[in-house]
Amino acid sequence: MKVLTANRLTDGEAVWYANGGWAEIIDNADVAHDKAAEDRLEAIGATAYANNEVVDVNLIDVTVANGVVEPVRLREKIRAAGPTNRNDLGKQARPEAARAA
Amino acid sequence: MYRYDEFDHDFVQARVAEFSDQVARRLAGEITEDQFRPLRLMNGVYLQLHAYMLRIAVPYGTLNSKQLRMLGHIARKYDKGYGHFTTRQNIQFNWPALSDIPAILADLASVEMHAIQTSGNCIRNVTADHFAGAAADEVADPRPYAEILRQWSSVHPEFSFLPRKFKIAVTGAERDRAAIQTHDIGLHLKKNAAGELGFAVYVGGGQGRTPMIAKKIRDFLPEADLLSYCTAILRVYNLYGRRDNKYKARIKILVHETGVEEITRQVEAEWQELKEADLKLPEADIRAIDAYFAPPALADRPEGDEVVKLARLDSKSFSEWLDQNVVTHRHPDYAAVTISLKGIGEAPGDASDSQMEAVADLAEKYAFDELRVSHEQNLILPHVARADLKAVYDALVDIGLATANSNLISDIISCPGLDYCALATARSIPVAQEISLRFASLERQREIGELKLKISGCINACGHHHVGHIGILGVEKKGAELYQVTLGGSADENTSVGEIIGRGFSSEEITDAIEQIVETYLGLRLDRNEKFIDAYRRVGPAPFKEALYAGEAKAA
Repeated sequence: MKVLTANRLTDGEAVWYANGGWAEIIDNADVAHDKAAEDRLEAIGATAYANNEVVDVNLIDVTVANGVVEPVRLREKIRAAGPTNRNDLGKQARPEAARAA
Repeated sequence: MYRYDEFDHDFVQARVAEFSDQVARRLAGEITEDQFRPLRLMNGVYLQLHAYMLRIAVPYGTLNSKQLRMLGHIARKYDKGYGHFTTRQNIQFNWPALSDIPAILADLASVEMHAIQTSGNCIRNVTADHFAGAAADEVADPRPYAEILRQWSSVHPEFSFLPRKFKIAVTGAERDRAAIQTHDIGLHLKKNAAGELGFAVYVGGGQGRTPMIAKKIRDFLPEADLLSYCTAILRVYNLYGRRDNKYKARIKILVHETGVEEITRQVEAEWQELKEADLKLPEADIRAIDAYFAPPALADRPEGDEVVKLARLDSKSFSEWLDQNVVTHRHPDYAAVTISLKGIGEAPGDASDSQMEAVADLAEKYAFDELRVSHEQNLILPHVARADLKAVYDALVDIGLATANSNLISDIISCPGLDYCALATARSIPVAQEISLRFASLERQREIGELKLKISGCINACGHHHVGHIGILGVEKKGAELYQVTLGGSADENTSVGEIIGRGFSSEEITDAIEQIVETYLGLRLDRNEKFIDAYRRVGPAPFKEALYAGEAKAA
C-alpha cells in the first residue's frame, strides 16, 4: 500500500495527498492498494510538481490498521509526526494530529 | 573583528536582491524546481524532512553580540524558537518558510551576515580554532588569513563549480583545535627559524564514506603566498578531480589516487606559474586585514586571582565549571570560556532564541562583544576577565547553559540525523541524549576524563564519527536503525581514523555498549592521567572487542 507525499513549495511543510488536495497530516491520505491506483497518485504528484504546488514528491509504503495510515519506514514516520526528540514540534504538536494510537 | 567594507556591503546586498527575485519567480511558478534548486543551494537553502533548512555562515566561527542577537531574533520571528550550531561553526534553522527567506537574508545582511556558499560544490565557510586570538599557545591569530581566504573564495569564478565541495581550516597553534587534517586544505600557521609567519599546508583530508587524513605537502609556505598556493591546489583539483562519480569527487580521492609525491609536484609546478603574479599578498594588505582582528584592549585585572579563589571556596559547582569549561588565556588576568550547548539530555548544538540573546548580552557586558562558535557545537566567550568569571557563570546558570562538561563524554558532537535530515539513515540526537543521560553524573564524567564522542546519522559523517575517540555511525539495516561503533579516532594534531570494533548495535543496545566500552577503559587504564584515546592506542581494540562480544562468540 502506498500514499503520495511531498513538501509544499511555499513553506516546505510535509504534506500528503488526501481527498483531492494536499493535507498537512497523513491520517486521511488516499491509499493506493494496487498498481493502477499507484499510477493515478503518481500522475497527480507529477502534475502538482509541474504546477509548482509541491516539491520532493514520493510514493511511500504504508500500512493501514483500524483505519489509521502508518508509514512503514522510520524516515516517513518522522516526517509524519515530527522530530522524535521534540514532541512540541511538527505534526505531533498539533491537537488535530493527536492520534488514538 | 572584521567589519564589512563598502564592497562587502554591496556584494551581500546585491546577492540578497538577486536571491529575493529568484524566490519570487519560483513562488510565482516562473522557474522550475530543477532550475531553482542550484540557486537556493548557493544561498544555503536546503529541503529537509519537515521543511526547508537555512544554513547561515559564521565566518571562522566569529560573531559579535549584535549578530548573535539577530540569530535569536530570526529563531523567534521566522523559525520555531531555536537554532542548531553545526560542526562547521555555522548555524542552521530547521523550519523557515521559503517565502520568508528573503526577509531573513535582509535581516542577516543588516548585521553583516549571509548564507552564501554554505552549500554547493564551492569553497565553503573557512573554519578556524575557536580560541583564536585568545589562546595562550598560538603563534598568531589565524583568522586574518581565514578572512583573506573568504574574500578570495567568495563567488570565485574559477572555483564556483568544483567537482565537489571544498573545506579549508586554519589553526595558529601547535595544538590543533580546528581539526585541520580532516579538511580538503588544512593550514597550520607557524613561524620559521627567522621568525617569519607562514603555513604548513595539508591537503586531502576528509571524512564521509572514505575517511582520509590530510597529507602535508609543504612544511612552510610564506604568508604572502597563501592565495597563490591555494589557487595552485584548487587548479590541480579542478582539472583532475573526478566528476564522473560523486563519491570519488573530493580532493582526498585525487590525492589518494595520484599519490602525495605526484600531487605535490603538480601543485608546486602550478604554483611556480602563479607565485610572483597578482595573487602575491602585499604586506600592507595582510596587515590591513590583521588590524581588523586586533585584540581588544585587555586592561590588567589582577584582582581576578583573589576573586576566583574566594568564589571557588563558596561554590563547588562554580569550581567544577572553572576546571572544565574555562581555559588559559594569553593574558594572565583573562580566560576563555566554553559555554556548553550540551546540557545533560539536550540536543547537542541547539540554543533557544532567548539563550542566544542572553549570551549576546553576556558577551557585550563581559567579553568585549566577541563570541565564537566551535566546531564541537559550543559557544565561546574568548576574552573574559578572571574577576568576572563568577558573574558570567551565575548568568549562565540562570539560562541553563552552565553545564561543566567541556571535553567530557556528554560533550557530544552530533549531526541532526534522521529527526531532521533528508540524507540521514538513522537518528543521532536521541542517541546523544540517551548517552548524555546515562552519564549524567558530572562526577562520573570527570572520573572518566577527556573523551570525545561523536555521532553521525549517515555515512556522510557530519557528526565527525570517524575522528571521535568513540564514534557512532547510524545506518539503516533491514528497516531498523543500527549503530556501528568505531574506536581510536582523533581530530587533533595526532589525527587518526577510528576502527570499526565489530557488529553494530540496535538503538536499544547502543547506550549499554558505550557504557561497556567506558567501563572497559576504566578497568585497564594505567592511572587517572591516561586518557581514553591514549589507553586505546596502547592496548588496541582487543580488550574492547572482548568486553562487547565475547559472550556471543562463546554462545556461537
